[in-house]
Amino acid sequence: MNDALMTDTYSPSAQLSIRNVTKVFHGKQDLFSKLSGKSSADFVAIEDISLDIEPNTFVTIIGPSGCGKSTLLNMVAGLSDTTVGEILLNDIPITGPGPDRGMVFQNYALMPWMTVEENIRFAVETVYPKLSGKQMQRTIKEHIQLVGLAGAETKHPHELSGGMRQRVGIARALAISPQILLMDEPFGALDALTRGFLQDEVVRIWEQQRKTVIMITHSIEEALLLSDRIVMMTRGPAARVDEILEVPFPRPRHRETIDQHPAYHDLKAEMESHLFRETRAVEEAQLA
Amino acid sequence: MALSKPTGTKFYGGERESLFFNENVRAFLLFVGSLIAFLLLWEMGARFGVFAKGMPPASTTLKELWWWSTHPFFDNGPNDLGIGWNLLISLRRVAIGYTLASLIAVPLGILIGISPIAQKAFNPYIQLLKPVSPLAWLPLGLYILRDSEQTGIFIILISSIWPTLINTAFGVANVNPEYLDVSKTLGASRLRTIFKVIIPAALPSIVAGLRISMGIAWLVIVAAEMLLGTGLGYFIWNEWNNLYIPNILVAIFIIGLVGLILDSIFAALEKFVAFGRNS
Repeated sequence: MNDALMTDTYSPSAQLSIRNVTKVFHGKQDLFSKLSGKSSADFVAIEDISLDIEPNTFVTIIGPSGCGKSTLLNMVAGLSDTTVGEILLNDIPITGPGPDRGMVFQNYALMPWMTVEENIRFAVETVYPKLSGKQMQRTIKEHIQLVGLAGAETKHPHELSGGMRQRVGIARALAISPQILLMDEPFGALDALTRGFLQDEVVRIWEQQRKTVIMITHSIEEALLLSDRIVMMTRGPAARVDEILEVPFPRPRHRETIDQHPAYHDLKAEMESHLFRETRAVEEAQLA
Repeated sequence: MALSKPTGTKFYGGERESLFFNENVRAFLLFVGSLIAFLLLWEMGARFGVFAKGMPPASTTLKELWWWSTHPFFDNGPNDLGIGWNLLISLRRVAIGYTLASLIAVPLGILIGISPIAQKAFNPYIQLLKPVSPLAWLPLGLYILRDSEQTGIFIILISSIWPTLINTAFGVANVNPEYLDVSKTLGASRLRTIFKVIIPAALPSIVAGLRISMGIAWLVIVAAEMLLGTGLGYFIWNEWNNLYIPNILVAIFIIGLVGLILDSIFAALEKFVAFGRNS
């Protein structure tokens, strides 16, 4: 499987190219840690991952807990360095975080002292400091409307429900018009109903903007509903890409009718067996 | 009841307490009752000579309290000054010392909190100086400054600096890393991150520190003034020399009341900067 991947990798049309990336978290091995009995070994989180992402595709990364999905996304975001290998965005290596990649966080990461509008304004002002007041105001208003938050502009995050907070998170990430949207389990902290509701919103927004999206999720249905490609990762440590599934469902998609597509159940079964196998292996490793 | 008044507010179940006998009313009644009992016991005890000789009864003390409160501002020389003047003198010293302490502690705390190395390097100083009694600085202050007024301010400064410094450094060091990630992914400059993210995020801790510092400043000023002349502390010391206990009790009450008011101001400020955090 890996060999097959290696041959079709490095596609020239790729917007984002992850090339042979390995991430090692170095343990504490200095003298002080050894003396105090707190030394720890190096931990290989991700080993030799290669992945090409074409423009305007919605890519989901799915894998067992603790497999390094977030580590991979943080490296794409530039929040964490690669140990080996490189990540290219439009053929330029990523060396740090930047506003060409918008990030949506699992726990929303909204500033509690800022209103909805101020949270979005902070992002836009940081990225486009020279924007005129009028343009700034229009950008903010557009994105508040895009995520359906009109009327909540002056509310603070603690006055909003989880679903509403994540809408702000999405609006903030989109308002800086990034080339790629990175979402780290964006609906992980939400209840099932709100989650479904927000997934539909993401489907709607994506139909409008067609940005490149990389999303991490635990949910098979979510991955099938939203993505064009699903990257399945093996368990950690030294997690790899196990398989990449193409999702052939036509767009626009609807959650009510998507399971009527002939390929739906096969894809779902394949993902389930993969996740079950990897998760069971993780649990057995913990018992051993 | 609900049936007889269909347009009124609905009444659900019988668990609701009656309007005139809820928890707050009961607490208030207990407060008033215990206060009356305390004053009665005090009055009787003093009149029947249960306490030490010279202990005034409650009525005398209350009369004095009324007199001092209704004549706060008179000036017959330093040993016969209205309690309002003494209070203002104490408040002025606290205000100057405390403001200087905060102006040092908050920026320094931010610097220390931002850098883990500074945190580790300066922690020994802070931990060593923090537990020193404020009065231990008094002789040193008098020797260096040769001025009782400045020494009072110096002692307030040196004793109220630590809680603000420690809390500010703690708040800054423990800013939710996700806020910093947001700032980084947007490519915000270091300065913008500090002023727009780190300081507002640490504000609840900073204000909590300022509140503790204010409490300490108010504790220390009374003790310091006993040795310095003028102010509420000196008022107590002077009345001790006069051996007139009612006025000492009046001063204790007023010191407590002012401390309570100062603390409530900071409690309100804490609420104002919380935005749903720690609630």
